[in-house]
Amino acid sequence: MLLRAIRAEFAKLLTTRIWWVLAIVMFGYIGMLSGGLAALFAGIQSGAIAPDAAGGTGQGAPPVGSLPPLVYSFASSVGYVFPVLLGALATTGEFRHQTLTPTFLANPRRAQVLGAKAIALFLAGGAFGVIALLTSVGVGSLVINAFGVDTLLGDGDTWALFGRILLAMALWATIGVGLGVLVPSQVASIVIVLAFTQFVEPLLRFASMFTEATAGIGQFLPGAASDALVGASVFTVASPVGGVTSSLDWWLGGLVLLAYAAVTTVGGYFVSWRRDVT
Amino acid sequence: MPVGSVIEFRNITKRFGDVTAVDDLSFTVEPGRVTGFLGPNGAGKTTTLRMLLGLIGPSSGTATLGGLRYHDLPHPLATVGAALEAASFHPGRTARNHLAISATAAGLPQTRVAEVLHLVGLAEHGGQRVGGYSLGMRQRLGLACTLLGDPGVLVLDEPINGLDPEGIKWIRGFLRDMAAEGRTVLVSSHLLSEVQQSVDDVIIIAKGRLVHRGPLSSLETQVASQIVVDSPDRDALATALTQAGIAFSPGRTGLLATAADPGTIGHIAYTAGVEVSVLHRQKKGLEDAFLTLVDGGDSL
Repeated sequence: MLLRAIRAEFAKLLTTRIWWVLAIVMFGYIGMLSGGLAALFAGIQSGAIAPDAAGGTGQGAPPVGSLPPLVYSFASSVGYVFPVLLGALATTGEFRHQTLTPTFLANPRRAQVLGAKAIALFLAGGAFGVIALLTSVGVGSLVINAFGVDTLLGDGDTWALFGRILLAMALWATIGVGLGVLVPSQVASIVIVLAFTQFVEPLLRFASMFTEATAGIGQFLPGAASDALVGASVFTVASPVGGVTSSLDWWLGGLVLLAYAAVTTVGGYFVSWRRDVT
Repeated sequence: MPVGSVIEFRNITKRFGDVTAVDDLSFTVEPGRVTGFLGPNGAGKTTTLRMLLGLIGPSSGTATLGGLRYHDLPHPLATVGAALEAASFHPGRTARNHLAISATAAGLPQTRVAEVLHLVGLAEHGGQRVGGYSLGMRQRLGLACTLLGDPGVLVLDEPINGLDPEGIKWIRGFLRDMAAEGRTVLVSSHLLSEVQQSVDDVIIIAKGRLVHRGPLSSLETQVASQIVVDSPDRDALATALTQAGIAFSPGRTGLLATAADPGTIGHIAYTAGVEVSVLHRQKKGLEDAFLTLVDGGDSL
């Protein structure tokens, strides 16, 4: 029964244009950033670009050895907004186009439908993670290699990083599902996703770094938890000098993300999903 | 052959805040017949049907199919097929994919998709995005959805809306065929004339309350029946009617006489030796009865 519901959710995802439009935009976005920043950092590290020429005092350059993971992690550290959007659109689309009617007629067990959607989007988010990784690693390693810096692709730690990135992307898609049921208005949902991920959260994380107490809270922000799970992010590099950059253990970061997904989804079930479909 | 089951509403009520949309409604719908579910817009028809289908939770009372609530049906789409008003489809998805998703979710064979598209005459348009469909094509797609599980019960909300004359003729035949196969067919409309030719029974609601139920013919007794009669010698006809004690008034195509059936008037003319050129029942009698009932509900 649940398998049937999951297959139906996959069919819904794949029969509209949203998934590949988002995938293409994500591909371009991550490709551009990982390529550009890989060139900048690898240039500085290899001495091809003088630190002064980069407009900094050298503090922007990461310590030797951590550059490749940093570039590869663009897949999730800047790409996570795409699985969130995919998940949010998958749920809000049902409200917007009134497809909840045929959905609930075919399967009146609403909690099961929502659970199936979360599982399907978890897997779809993982698939988005694969595309994102192919982009950041493909473009990034090419550029890094061009500057003569070790790509670390033979390193087991790098592959463990890839696994954690896939998990993060999968979890972000389920958070999108939760947000979509919590805020069924499609426009509102998209605005919240973009405003929060691109503006509000980075600002909060930055602000929280200035004192010990707020840093403790800041590490539980979803983006911070995601970076903790992945273990490398452009964000930790861009922290203020002398700032407190506390970070959760990777597994704890994963659990925090899972908690966000669970709380929003269960909350959304009561807020919108089990309501009358008129 | 699918077996139709009985639809039963028992004391069903739905309140939206202070508004009572459906008020203590009880009726049954029998298999093998087409039942018209009538009432003006806003009478609570759609709310009632959505309660039957588990989409809206009743404030009190129950709605069952063969004794089971929709949630408890082991195979919902194989038991009841529903086409609801504002047929809801994602505009970017093709008709075929819409049906395939429902078939997957309900565990029905994918071969049914092509079959039902063919049945409703959309075989050539199955690969087209629904966003490009006309209202009539959406109605047909809605019907295709109802037939997906070959169910014994069909629930259609305003299925004639937006259909062209050919489509209307087609759906009338379709409804008759479905009932003749033993299925339960419940079809809503705000116009009696739309479904008059295809329904056996009528259930009429107004302001969320039941105002009438019974066979279509039971409506005729609700208003004094009017017979249209005319003669080349209209004066002689008028005299004959007066002598027989029949009340009448001049109409556009003859005299409008108040009588139970045309035979009575024909016999009066025959015995008076008056030639008759027109003799039939006033067609809008049923519509009048319907409107009277509905207005009666208004004043409650």
